[in-house]
Amino acid sequence: MAFSDSTRGLFTDEIEKIKENGLFKEKRFICSEQDAEIEVEYPEGAAHKKVLNFCANNYLGLSSHPDVIKAAHEGLDARGYGMSSVRFICGTQDIHRELQDKVSAFLGMEDTLLFPSCMDANSGVFEAILGQEDVIIADRLIHASLVDGIRLCSAEYDTFKHMNMKHLEKKLKLHQDKRTRLVVTDGVFSMDGDLAPLDEIVDLCNRYDAMLLVDDSHASGFIGKTGRGTHEYFDVIDGIDLITTTFGKGLGGASGGCVSGRSELIELCRQKARPYLFSNSLAPPIVNGSIKVINIISGSTERRDKLEWNTKYFREKMEEAGLNMRPGVTPIVPVMLYNAKLANDIARDMYAEGIYVIGFCFPVVPAGKARIRVQLSAAHEKEHLDKCVEAFRKVGDKYGILGLGKNEIIEKYGN
Amino acid sequence: MDEMKDAVLEYIVDEYLDEDDDDEVSFDSPLISSGIVDSFSMVSLKRFLENKYSIKLPDEEATPEAFDTVNSICILVNKHLG
Repeated sequence: MAFSDSTRGLFTDEIEKIKENGLFKEKRFICSEQDAEIEVEYPEGAAHKKVLNFCANNYLGLSSHPDVIKAAHEGLDARGYGMSSVRFICGTQDIHRELQDKVSAFLGMEDTLLFPSCMDANSGVFEAILGQEDVIIADRLIHASLVDGIRLCSAEYDTFKHMNMKHLEKKLKLHQDKRTRLVVTDGVFSMDGDLAPLDEIVDLCNRYDAMLLVDDSHASGFIGKTGRGTHEYFDVIDGIDLITTTFGKGLGGASGGCVSGRSELIELCRQKARPYLFSNSLAPPIVNGSIKVINIISGSTERRDKLEWNTKYFREKMEEAGLNMRPGVTPIVPVMLYNAKLANDIARDMYAEGIYVIGFCFPVVPAGKARIRVQLSAAHEKEHLDKCVEAFRKVGDKYGILGLGKNEIIEKYGN
Repeated sequence: MDEMKDAVLEYIVDEYLDEDDDDEVSFDSPLISSGIVDSFSMVSLKRFLENKYSIKLPDEEATPEAFDTVNSICILVNKHLG
Protein backbone atom coordinates (compact mmCIF):
# COMPACT_ATOMS: atom_id res chain seq x y z
CA MET A 1 0.00 0.00 0.00
CA ALA A 2 1.46 3.32 -1.07
CA PHE A 3 -0.31 5.29 1.67
CA SER A 4 1.77 3.83 4.53
CA ASP A 5 1.33 4.61 8.22
CA SER A 6 4.33 6.91 8.16
CA THR A 7 2.94 8.76 5.13
CA ARG A 8 -0.43 9.07 6.86
CA GLY A 9 1.39 10.37 9.95
CA LEU A 10 2.86 13.26 7.96
CA PHE A 11 -0.59 14.50 7.05
CA THR A 12 -2.05 13.84 10.50
CA ASP A 13 0.73 15.98 11.99
CA GLU A 14 -0.04 18.80 9.60
CA ILE A 15 -3.75 18.69 10.46
CA GLU A 16 -2.84 18.75 14.18
CA LYS A 17 -0.65 21.78 13.59
CA ILE A 18 -3.58 23.60 11.95
CA LYS A 19 -5.69 22.78 15.03
CA GLU A 20 -2.95 23.91 17.45
CA ASN A 21 -2.71 27.25 15.62
CA GLY A 22 -6.46 27.75 16.03
CA LEU A 23 -7.00 27.75 12.26
CA PHE A 24 -8.99 24.54 11.87
CA LYS A 25 -12.21 25.06 9.95
CA GLU A 26 -15.02 22.99 11.39
CA LYS A 27 -17.77 21.43 9.28
CA ARG A 28 -21.09 23.26 9.31
CA PHE A 29 -24.09 22.05 7.36
CA ILE A 30 -26.99 24.18 6.13
CA CYS A 31 -30.11 22.00 5.99
CA SER A 32 -32.35 24.49 4.20
CA GLU A 33 -32.26 26.90 1.27
CA GLN A 34 -29.78 29.75 1.53
CA ASP A 35 -31.74 32.68 2.98
CA ALA A 36 -31.99 35.17 5.83
CA GLU A 37 -33.29 32.38 8.08
CA ILE A 38 -31.57 29.03 7.74
CA GLU A 39 -31.39 25.68 9.50
CA VAL A 40 -27.91 24.67 10.59
CA GLU A 41 -26.40 21.40 11.77
CA TYR A 42 -23.45 22.44 13.92
CA PRO A 43 -21.47 20.83 15.33
CA GLU A 44 -21.74 17.87 12.97
CA GLY A 45 -24.44 15.50 14.21
CA ALA A 46 -26.16 18.11 16.41
CA ALA A 47 -29.88 18.76 16.11
CA HIS A 48 -30.79 21.32 13.46
CA LYS A 49 -31.01 24.88 14.77
CA LYS A 50 -32.89 27.76 13.16
CA VAL A 51 -30.69 30.85 13.02
CA LEU A 52 -30.57 34.19 11.26
CA ASN A 53 -27.79 34.21 8.69
CA PHE A 54 -25.45 37.20 8.85
CA CYS A 55 -22.41 35.65 7.18
CA ALA A 56 -23.51 34.83 3.61
CA ASN A 57 -22.56 36.73 0.46
CA ASN A 58 -26.26 36.65 -0.45
CA TYR A 59 -26.26 40.46 -0.68
CA LEU A 60 -29.30 40.80 -2.92
CA GLY A 61 -31.23 37.89 -1.41
CA LEU A 62 -31.45 36.21 -4.81
CA SER A 63 -29.99 32.80 -3.86
CA SER A 64 -33.45 31.32 -3.38
CA HIS A 65 -35.55 33.79 -5.33
CA PRO A 66 -38.50 31.95 -6.96
CA ASP A 67 -37.98 33.60 -10.37
CA VAL A 68 -34.31 32.58 -10.39
CA ILE A 69 -35.17 29.02 -9.38
CA LYS A 70 -37.81 28.90 -12.13
CA ALA A 71 -35.33 30.19 -14.72
CA ALA A 72 -32.81 27.56 -13.64
CA HIS A 73 -35.47 24.86 -14.12
CA GLU A 74 -36.24 26.22 -17.57
CA GLY A 75 -32.54 26.17 -18.45
CA LEU A 76 -32.35 22.57 -17.32
CA ASP A 77 -35.38 21.63 -19.42
CA ALA A 78 -34.37 23.56 -22.53
CA ARG A 79 -30.59 23.09 -22.63
CA GLY A 80 -29.89 20.08 -20.42
CA TYR A 81 -27.76 19.38 -17.37
CA GLY A 82 -24.19 19.71 -18.60
CA MET A 83 -22.01 20.27 -21.64
CA SER A 84 -19.40 17.51 -21.36
CA SER A 85 -17.00 19.80 -23.20
CA VAL A 86 -14.88 22.87 -22.71
CA ARG A 87 -16.14 26.06 -24.35
CA PHE A 88 -14.00 26.07 -27.50
CA ILE A 89 -14.78 22.50 -28.57
CA CYS A 90 -18.54 22.00 -28.19
CA GLY A 91 -19.29 23.52 -24.77
CA THR A 92 -20.71 26.91 -25.76
CA GLN A 93 -24.47 27.32 -26.04
CA ASP A 94 -26.42 30.31 -27.25
CA ILE A 95 -27.32 31.04 -23.61
CA HIS A 96 -23.61 31.40 -22.69
CA ARG A 97 -23.37 34.10 -25.36
CA GLU A 98 -26.58 35.71 -24.10
CA LEU A 99 -25.29 35.85 -20.51
CA GLN A 100 -21.95 37.32 -21.63
CA ASP A 101 -23.71 40.04 -23.64
CA LYS A 102 -26.02 40.86 -20.73
CA VAL A 103 -23.11 41.12 -18.31
CA SER A 104 -21.19 43.41 -20.71
CA ALA A 105 -24.21 45.70 -20.98
CA PHE A 106 -24.83 45.66 -17.22
CA LEU A 107 -21.23 46.44 -16.28
CA GLY A 108 -20.75 48.92 -19.15
CA MET A 109 -17.86 46.94 -20.66
CA GLU A 110 -17.05 46.00 -24.28
CA ASP A 111 -17.01 42.22 -23.92
CA THR A 112 -17.21 39.44 -21.33
CA LEU A 113 -15.94 35.89 -20.96
CA LEU A 114 -17.42 33.39 -18.52
CA PHE A 115 -15.21 31.28 -16.26
CA PRO A 116 -16.16 28.36 -13.99
CA SER A 117 -15.57 30.71 -11.02
CA CYS A 118 -14.10 34.13 -10.31
CA MET A 119 -11.23 32.27 -8.68
CA ASP A 120 -10.58 30.79 -12.14
CA ALA A 121 -11.03 34.15 -13.85
CA ASN A 122 -8.43 35.67 -11.52
CA SER A 123 -6.11 32.71 -11.95
CA GLY A 124 -6.19 32.96 -15.74
CA VAL A 125 -6.48 36.59 -16.72
CA PHE A 126 -2.94 37.84 -15.96
CA GLU A 127 -1.07 35.06 -17.74
CA ALA A 128 -3.30 35.49 -20.78
CA ILE A 129 -2.64 39.19 -21.30
CA LEU A 130 0.80 39.98 -19.83
CA GLY A 131 4.40 38.85 -20.34
CA GLN A 132 7.75 39.32 -18.70
CA GLU A 133 8.15 42.84 -20.17
CA ASP A 134 5.17 44.02 -18.12
CA VAL A 135 4.52 44.80 -14.46
CA ILE A 136 1.51 44.27 -12.20
CA ILE A 137 1.12 46.73 -9.33
CA ALA A 138 -1.35 45.42 -6.76
CA ASP A 139 -2.97 46.67 -3.56
CA ARG A 140 -1.57 44.60 -0.68
CA LEU A 141 -4.98 43.41 0.50
CA ILE A 142 -6.33 42.04 -2.79
CA HIS A 143 -8.16 38.73 -2.74
CA ALA A 144 -6.11 35.53 -2.53
CA SER A 145 -7.26 34.40 -5.99
CA LEU A 146 -5.73 37.52 -7.56
CA VAL A 147 -2.50 36.84 -5.69
CA ASP A 148 -2.46 33.30 -7.10
CA GLY A 149 -3.13 34.56 -10.64
CA ILE A 150 -0.38 37.17 -10.38
CA ARG A 151 2.09 34.53 -9.22
CA LEU A 152 1.19 32.30 -12.19
CA CYS A 153 2.04 35.11 -14.63
CA SER A 154 5.54 35.81 -15.95
CA ALA A 155 5.15 39.58 -15.53
CA GLU A 156 7.08 41.25 -12.73
CA TYR A 157 4.89 42.34 -9.83
CA ASP A 158 4.99 44.91 -7.09
CA THR A 159 2.61 45.99 -4.34
CA PHE A 160 1.37 49.22 -2.81
CA LYS A 161 0.08 49.96 0.69
CA HIS A 162 -3.64 49.34 1.05
CA MET A 163 -5.53 52.19 -0.67
CA ASN A 164 -2.50 54.49 -0.33
CA MET A 165 -2.46 56.65 -3.46
CA LYS A 166 0.89 58.28 -2.73
CA HIS A 167 2.47 54.86 -2.56
CA LEU A 168 0.74 53.72 -5.75
CA GLU A 169 2.04 56.82 -7.54
CA LYS A 170 5.55 56.06 -6.30
CA LYS A 171 5.31 52.54 -7.73
CA LEU A 172 3.89 53.76 -11.04
CA LYS A 173 6.85 56.14 -11.38
CA LEU A 174 9.28 53.35 -10.46
CA HIS A 175 7.98 51.08 -13.21
CA GLN A 176 7.80 53.50 -16.14
CA ASP A 177 10.46 51.45 -17.95
CA LYS A 178 8.11 48.47 -18.41
CA ARG A 179 6.13 47.79 -21.61
CA THR A 180 2.78 48.03 -19.80
CA ARG A 181 1.62 48.54 -16.24
CA LEU A 182 -1.50 46.89 -14.81
CA VAL A 183 -2.85 48.18 -11.51
CA VAL A 184 -4.91 45.61 -9.61
CA THR A 185 -7.37 46.21 -6.79
CA ASP A 186 -10.54 44.85 -5.26
CA GLY A 187 -13.51 47.21 -5.69
CA VAL A 188 -14.83 46.37 -2.23
CA PHE A 189 -12.36 44.66 0.09
CA SER A 190 -13.99 41.61 1.57
CA MET A 191 -12.62 41.76 5.12
CA ASP A 192 -12.85 45.51 5.78
CA GLY A 193 -15.74 46.39 3.51
CA ASP A 194 -13.91 49.48 2.31
CA LEU A 195 -14.18 50.89 -1.22
CA ALA A 196 -11.05 51.30 -3.32
CA PRO A 197 -10.88 54.98 -4.38
CA LEU A 198 -11.33 54.20 -8.06
CA ASP A 199 -11.63 57.86 -9.05
CA GLU A 200 -8.12 58.53 -7.76
CA ILE A 201 -6.77 55.24 -9.10
CA VAL A 202 -8.16 55.91 -12.58
CA ASP A 203 -6.60 59.38 -12.49
CA LEU A 204 -3.19 57.90 -11.60
CA CYS A 205 -3.54 55.22 -14.28
CA ASN A 206 -4.25 57.91 -16.88
CA ARG A 207 -1.28 60.01 -15.75
CA TYR A 208 1.18 57.11 -15.69
CA ASP A 209 -0.15 55.10 -18.65
CA ALA A 210 -1.38 52.07 -16.74
CA MET A 211 -4.29 49.69 -17.25
CA LEU A 212 -6.64 48.95 -14.35
CA LEU A 213 -8.22 45.66 -13.25
CA VAL A 214 -10.87 45.68 -10.52
CA ASP A 215 -12.22 42.55 -8.81
CA ASP A 216 -15.79 43.62 -8.03
CA SER A 217 -17.03 40.34 -6.57
CA HIS A 218 -18.25 42.03 -3.38
CA ALA A 219 -19.86 44.92 -5.31
CA SER A 220 -21.50 43.72 -8.54
CA GLY A 221 -25.24 44.09 -8.36
CA PHE A 222 -25.51 46.54 -5.48
CA ILE A 223 -22.71 49.15 -5.23
CA GLY A 224 -23.42 52.32 -7.22
CA LYS A 225 -26.80 53.93 -7.71
CA THR A 226 -27.99 51.24 -10.14
CA GLY A 227 -25.81 48.45 -8.73
CA ARG A 228 -23.26 48.29 -11.55
CA GLY A 229 -20.42 48.21 -9.08
CA THR A 230 -17.62 50.25 -7.59
CA HIS A 231 -16.86 51.93 -10.93
CA GLU A 232 -20.40 53.29 -11.01
CA TYR A 233 -20.12 54.46 -7.38
CA PHE A 234 -17.09 56.59 -8.31
CA ASP A 235 -18.46 57.51 -11.76
CA VAL A 236 -15.46 56.10 -13.64
CA ILE A 237 -17.06 53.39 -15.76
CA ASP A 238 -15.01 54.33 -18.85
CA GLY A 239 -11.77 54.33 -16.87
CA ILE A 240 -11.80 50.60 -16.08
CA ASP A 241 -10.03 48.20 -18.44
CA LEU A 242 -10.97 44.91 -16.78
CA ILE A 243 -13.49 43.80 -14.18
CA THR A 244 -13.51 40.33 -12.72
CA THR A 245 -16.59 39.30 -10.81
CA THR A 246 -18.61 36.34 -9.60
CA PHE A 247 -22.09 34.92 -9.90
CA GLY A 248 -21.47 33.22 -6.56
CA LYS A 249 -22.28 36.18 -4.31
CA GLY A 250 -24.82 38.95 -4.96
CA LEU A 251 -25.64 37.77 -8.48
CA GLY A 252 -27.63 34.70 -7.48
CA GLY A 253 -24.96 32.98 -5.43
CA ALA A 254 -24.69 29.72 -7.40
CA SER A 255 -21.27 29.63 -9.05
CA GLY A 256 -19.31 30.97 -11.98
CA GLY A 257 -17.39 34.13 -12.69
CA CYS A 258 -16.23 36.27 -15.56
CA VAL A 259 -13.71 38.71 -16.93
CA SER A 260 -15.29 41.76 -18.54
CA GLY A 261 -13.57 44.66 -20.25
CA ARG A 262 -11.68 45.85 -23.33
CA SER A 263 -12.49 43.56 -26.25
CA GLU A 264 -8.85 42.82 -27.16
CA LEU A 265 -8.08 41.73 -23.60
CA ILE A 266 -11.16 39.52 -23.48
CA GLU A 267 -10.20 37.98 -26.84
CA LEU A 268 -6.75 37.13 -25.45
CA CYS A 269 -8.42 35.47 -22.45
CA ARG A 270 -10.60 33.49 -24.87
CA GLN A 271 -7.48 32.34 -26.73
CA LYS A 272 -5.08 31.81 -23.84
CA ALA A 273 -6.59 31.72 -20.34
CA ARG A 274 -5.99 28.21 -19.05
CA PRO A 275 -8.94 27.87 -16.63
CA TYR A 276 -11.20 28.87 -19.55
CA LEU A 277 -9.51 26.55 -22.03
CA PHE A 278 -9.24 23.50 -19.81
CA SER A 279 -12.48 23.30 -17.83
CA ASN A 280 -16.18 23.30 -18.59
CA SER A 281 -18.10 26.54 -18.34
CA LEU A 282 -21.22 27.13 -16.28
CA ALA A 283 -23.92 24.48 -16.55
CA PRO A 284 -27.12 25.48 -18.42
CA PRO A 285 -29.36 25.85 -15.32
CA ILE A 286 -26.86 28.25 -13.75
CA VAL A 287 -26.48 30.20 -16.99
CA ASN A 288 -30.25 30.63 -17.25
CA GLY A 289 -30.54 31.51 -13.56
CA SER A 290 -27.79 34.12 -13.95
CA ILE A 291 -29.52 35.65 -16.99
CA LYS A 292 -32.65 36.02 -14.87
CA VAL A 293 -30.63 37.67 -12.08
CA ILE A 294 -29.19 40.24 -14.51
CA ASN A 295 -32.71 40.88 -15.88
CA ILE A 296 -34.12 41.40 -12.37
CA ILE A 297 -31.45 43.86 -11.27
CA SER A 298 -31.34 45.67 -14.65
CA GLY A 299 -35.08 46.28 -14.43
CA SER A 300 -35.27 47.56 -10.86
CA THR A 301 -33.02 48.90 -8.12
CA GLU A 302 -35.46 47.78 -5.44
CA ARG A 303 -33.21 45.07 -3.99
CA ARG A 304 -30.00 47.13 -3.87
CA ASP A 305 -32.00 50.04 -2.42
CA LYS A 306 -33.30 47.78 0.35
CA LEU A 307 -29.78 46.52 1.01
CA GLU A 308 -28.58 50.11 1.25
CA TRP A 309 -31.34 50.90 3.73
CA ASN A 310 -30.56 47.77 5.75
CA THR A 311 -26.87 48.69 5.86
CA LYS A 312 -27.54 52.22 7.08
CA TYR A 313 -30.10 51.11 9.67
CA PHE A 314 -27.93 48.27 11.00
CA ARG A 315 -24.84 50.46 11.32
CA GLU A 316 -26.81 53.18 13.15
CA LYS A 317 -28.32 50.71 15.62
CA MET A 318 -24.99 48.98 16.24
CA GLU A 319 -23.39 52.36 16.84
CA GLU A 320 -26.12 53.21 19.36
CA ALA A 321 -25.53 49.86 21.06
CA GLY A 322 -21.85 50.75 21.45
CA LEU A 323 -20.17 48.23 19.20
CA ASN A 324 -16.82 49.16 17.69
CA MET A 325 -17.07 48.96 13.89
CA ARG A 326 -14.93 49.93 10.95
CA PRO A 327 -16.71 52.85 9.31
CA GLY A 328 -18.11 52.32 5.82
CA VAL A 329 -21.08 52.22 3.50
CA THR A 330 -21.00 48.65 2.18
CA PRO A 331 -23.02 45.68 3.52
CA ILE A 332 -19.79 44.21 4.94
CA VAL A 333 -19.73 45.43 8.54
CA PRO A 334 -16.60 44.45 10.51
CA VAL A 335 -17.27 44.45 14.26
CA MET A 336 -13.76 45.00 15.60
CA LEU A 337 -12.63 42.93 18.59
CA TYR A 338 -8.84 42.85 17.92
CA ASN A 339 -8.31 39.73 20.09
CA ALA A 340 -8.76 36.40 18.25
CA LYS A 341 -10.15 34.47 21.21
CA LEU A 342 -12.61 37.24 21.99
CA ALA A 343 -13.83 37.24 18.37
CA ASN A 344 -14.37 33.47 18.40
CA ASP A 345 -16.02 33.51 21.86
CA ILE A 346 -18.45 36.24 20.84
CA ALA A 347 -19.27 34.48 17.54
CA ARG A 348 -20.03 31.29 19.52
CA ASP A 349 -22.28 33.17 21.96
CA MET A 350 -24.05 34.92 19.07
CA TYR A 351 -24.81 31.51 17.58
CA ALA A 352 -26.36 30.48 20.89
CA GLU A 353 -28.55 33.59 20.57
CA GLY A 354 -29.66 32.44 17.10
CA ILE A 355 -27.38 34.70 15.06
CA TYR A 356 -24.94 33.03 12.67
CA VAL A 357 -21.75 35.08 12.36
CA ILE A 358 -18.09 34.07 12.16
CA GLY A 359 -14.93 35.39 13.86
CA PHE A 360 -11.98 36.18 11.60
CA CYS A 361 -8.40 36.36 12.82
CA PHE A 362 -4.78 36.24 11.59
CA PRO A 363 -3.74 35.24 8.95
CA VAL A 364 -7.11 35.89 7.24
CA VAL A 365 -6.95 39.45 8.63
CA PRO A 366 -3.83 41.27 9.92
CA ALA A 367 -2.52 40.18 13.33
CA GLY A 368 -4.22 42.04 16.18
CA LYS A 369 -7.22 43.00 14.05
CA ALA A 370 -9.59 40.09 14.77
CA ARG A 371 -13.21 40.84 14.10
CA ILE A 372 -16.66 39.45 13.42
CA ARG A 373 -17.64 40.18 9.84
CA VAL A 374 -21.36 40.85 9.60
CA GLN A 375 -22.78 40.66 6.08
CA LEU A 376 -26.13 42.19 5.33
CA SER A 377 -28.63 41.12 2.72
CA ALA A 378 -31.70 42.47 0.97
CA ALA A 379 -33.35 39.29 2.29
CA HIS A 380 -33.06 40.64 5.86
CA GLU A 381 -36.17 42.31 7.23
CA LYS A 382 -36.04 45.04 9.88
CA GLU A 383 -36.91 42.56 12.63
CA HIS A 384 -33.94 40.38 11.61
CA LEU A 385 -31.63 43.36 11.94
CA ASP A 386 -33.14 44.32 15.31
CA LYS A 387 -32.66 40.77 16.59
CA CYS A 388 -29.02 40.75 15.48
CA VAL A 389 -28.32 44.13 17.14
CA GLU A 390 -30.05 42.98 20.33
CA ALA A 391 -27.91 39.83 20.42
CA PHE A 392 -24.74 41.91 19.93
CA ARG A 393 -25.91 44.19 22.75
CA LYS A 394 -26.49 41.22 25.09
CA VAL A 395 -23.27 39.38 24.24
CA GLY A 396 -21.24 42.60 24.08
CA ASP A 397 -22.49 43.50 27.57
CA LYS A 398 -21.45 40.06 28.86
CA TYR A 399 -17.88 40.72 27.69
CA GLY A 400 -17.94 44.36 28.82
CA ILE A 401 -17.03 45.83 25.42
CA LEU A 402 -20.00 48.11 24.76
CA GLY A 403 -18.92 51.70 24.30
CA LEU A 404 -15.24 50.77 24.28
CA GLY A 405 -12.85 52.02 21.60
CA LYS A 406 -9.95 50.15 20.03
CA ASN A 407 -7.38 50.89 22.74
CA GLU A 408 -9.79 50.07 25.57
CA ILE A 409 -10.72 46.69 24.06
CA ILE A 410 -7.05 45.87 23.53
CA GLU A 411 -6.24 46.97 27.08
CA LYS A 412 -8.93 44.65 28.41
CA TYR A 413 -8.32 41.59 26.24
CA GLY A 414 -4.95 42.10 24.49
CA ASN A 415 -4.46 41.73 20.75
CA MET B 1 26.69 45.85 9.06
CA ASP B 2 25.08 48.60 11.21
CA GLU B 3 24.76 50.85 8.17
CA MET B 4 23.05 48.06 6.28
CA LYS B 5 20.67 47.39 9.17
CA ASP B 6 19.73 51.07 9.31
CA ALA B 7 19.09 51.17 5.56
CA VAL B 8 16.95 48.02 5.60
CA LEU B 9 14.99 49.20 8.63
CA GLU B 10 14.39 52.59 7.03
CA TYR B 11 13.11 50.91 3.85
CA ILE B 12 10.77 48.61 5.80
CA VAL B 13 9.26 51.48 7.80
CA ASP B 14 8.76 53.51 4.63
CA GLU B 15 7.50 50.64 2.46
CA TYR B 16 5.31 48.70 4.88
CA LEU B 17 4.05 50.97 7.65
CA ASP B 18 1.40 53.66 7.31
CA GLU B 19 1.92 57.06 8.92
CA ASP B 20 -0.74 56.28 11.51
CA ASP B 21 0.59 52.78 12.24
CA ASP B 22 1.24 51.96 15.90
CA ASP B 23 3.82 49.26 15.07
CA GLU B 24 7.38 49.95 16.12
CA VAL B 25 10.00 48.02 14.26
CA SER B 26 13.49 47.23 15.55
CA PHE B 27 16.31 45.07 14.19
CA ASP B 28 14.88 41.92 15.75
CA SER B 29 11.13 42.61 15.38
CA PRO B 30 9.34 39.79 13.58
CA LEU B 31 8.20 41.06 10.19
CA ILE B 32 6.59 38.11 8.43
CA SER B 33 5.24 36.19 11.42
CA SER B 34 3.72 39.41 12.81
CA GLY B 35 2.03 40.22 9.51
CA ILE B 36 3.89 43.53 8.87
CA VAL B 37 5.29 42.00 5.68
CA ASP B 38 3.43 39.14 3.97
CA SER B 39 4.64 36.62 1.46
CA PHE B 40 2.97 38.56 -1.37
CA SER B 41 4.43 41.97 -0.58
CA MET B 42 7.86 40.52 0.28
CA VAL B 43 8.74 40.92 -3.40
CA SER B 44 9.21 44.69 -2.92
CA LEU B 45 11.75 44.11 -0.15
CA LYS B 46 13.62 41.50 -2.17
CA ARG B 47 13.84 43.86 -5.17
CA PHE B 48 15.12 46.68 -2.93
CA LEU B 49 17.89 44.47 -1.50
CA GLU B 50 18.94 43.17 -4.91
CA ASN B 51 19.10 46.65 -6.42
CA LYS B 52 20.77 48.39 -3.49
CA TYR B 53 23.45 45.76 -2.94
CA SER B 54 23.77 44.56 -6.55
CA ILE B 55 23.14 40.94 -5.63
CA LYS B 56 20.75 38.21 -6.74
CA LEU B 57 18.85 36.45 -3.94
CA PRO B 58 17.77 32.98 -5.11
CA ASP B 59 14.08 32.25 -4.44
CA GLU B 60 14.96 29.18 -2.37
CA GLU B 61 16.93 31.39 0.03
CA ALA B 62 14.50 34.32 0.09
CA THR B 63 12.23 32.46 2.49
CA PRO B 64 9.80 33.94 5.02
CA GLU B 65 12.18 32.72 7.75
CA ALA B 66 15.19 34.50 6.21
CA PHE B 67 13.12 37.67 5.80
CA ASP B 68 11.57 37.63 9.27
CA THR B 69 13.82 40.22 10.94
CA VAL B 70 16.17 42.99 9.85
CA ASN B 71 18.98 40.99 11.48
CA SER B 72 18.23 37.81 9.51
CA ILE B 73 17.81 39.79 6.27
CA CYS B 74 21.26 41.37 6.72
CA ILE B 75 22.85 37.96 7.39
CA LEU B 76 21.41 36.74 4.07
CA VAL B 77 22.53 39.83 2.17
CA ASN B 78 26.05 39.63 3.63
CA LYS B 79 26.33 36.02 2.59
CA HIS B 80 25.71 37.03 -1.01
CA LEU B 81 27.97 40.06 -0.84
CA GLY B 82 30.69 37.50 -0.27
